[in-house]
Amino acid sequence: MLNVGRIKEGFVLDHIKAGQCLSLYHMLKLDQRNCTVAMILNVVSKKMGKKDILKVECGVDELNFDVLAFIDHKITVNVIKGEEIIDKMPLELPGEISGIIYCRNPRCITSIEQGLPHIFILADMDEQVYRCKYCEEKHEHR
Amino acid sequence: MRHLMSPLDFSVDELNDLFDLAGDIEYDTAKYADACSGKILATCFYEPSTRTRLSFESAMQRLGGGVLGFADAGSSSAAKGESVADTIRMISCYADICAMRHHKEGAPLVAASNSSIPVINAGDGGHQHPTQTLTDLLTIRSLTGRLQNFTIGLCGDLKFGRTVHSLIYALMRYPGVDFIFISPEELRVPDYIAEGLRKSNIRYEEVIRLDEVMGRLDLLYMTRVQKERFFNEEDYVRLKDFYILDREKMEAAKDEVLILHPLPRVNEIAPEIDNDPRAAYFRQVKYGVYVRMALILSLLEIKV
Repeated sequence: MLNVGRIKEGFVLDHIKAGQCLSLYHMLKLDQRNCTVAMILNVVSKKMGKKDILKVECGVDELNFDVLAFIDHKITVNVIKGEEIIDKMPLELPGEISGIIYCRNPRCITSIEQGLPHIFILADMDEQVYRCKYCEEKHEHR
Repeated sequence: MRHLMSPLDFSVDELNDLFDLAGDIEYDTAKYADACSGKILATCFYEPSTRTRLSFESAMQRLGGGVLGFADAGSSSAAKGESVADTIRMISCYADICAMRHHKEGAPLVAASNSSIPVINAGDGGHQHPTQTLTDLLTIRSLTGRLQNFTIGLCGDLKFGRTVHSLIYALMRYPGVDFIFISPEELRVPDYIAEGLRKSNIRYEEVIRLDEVMGRLDLLYMTRVQKERFFNEEDYVRLKDFYILDREKMEAAKDEVLILHPLPRVNEIAPEIDNDPRAAYFRQVKYGVYVRMALILSLLEIKV
């Protein structure tokens, strides 16, 4: 049995697809923050077979949930305060994401224009399709 | 302040107003001779163009305005590494409106986001070419009297052909338009266009052979396979002469079909077709000037 200590305030991100935890860690820019993070990988799950869990000790308004929803809106977000779960936050696909993913179309202006943020717009909610704001190239990540 | 990035930036009603204005300009061009007196159009063309640039310049000069600009990236500060954002900030101080063509997709949108004057997308890579679409729509409306209830065949390079993408977007909003896409497998319409058509429940077919569908078309929009869009010369050589519209193919066409082409053509329309009354591509060029005149007036909010 593996024991990971409780966090006082922050989030427990549950039901992360096994293997996605590390990229989530980077995309949430947790590597640039001075907070306690615990990554638990390949946890046995009845629902998913295997899953990852990410625990983050930080203020409740400090995480970018648009990024989280973009990566996987089925992740369960447990909000922790006083070492207890006080809320479960639903994730919704963001209408726009900026600076998280990059356009790979060599014909896109983002390939040459300095300082231009890579912005993707939700083009199809049902199919979860994001397209580059500038060239409309589809982002393939799933 | 408004810009034109895509034909969808204007509602169908706004397009109708624009075409009415273009029609009035065609009817009485002299009335508009001083409409833009004291105004300057900047033509920022990072990619070679004859028709579009001259059409814009002709439009502004016919409106009594002035024109400045550059005709290729090499003669602009882009060659020194200046960003599009910086260039448009500078152009905004020199001119009242800007038409921009760029080889990179989305460059005019970057310009519009940083501009204090209206920006017109005059073609961005293989993406969009909305003023060609306005030209196409005005031509269709003027020569057939309608923008609905017809079958249009789009033939050639449907993958990189930005005029095709813009035209499909625009025609999707009119009722009763059936699309037939005629292209080799490698140059099919991009998935985002096909996706948009499916979602809107608009009928379209994809075929490889032009002669299979020729007799069903009310409009045939021919396009050039564009050498500049290929990274691989071998692919270009293989595909460049895939379609050639000649007299023999025209025999199967309807008597009232219209043949359109954004021009320049290379081999895809045989010159023997040019004098066929159904060939409308040179008349299209004239409508391009009228519609650009109407667009400049509209974006500058000048009423005559």
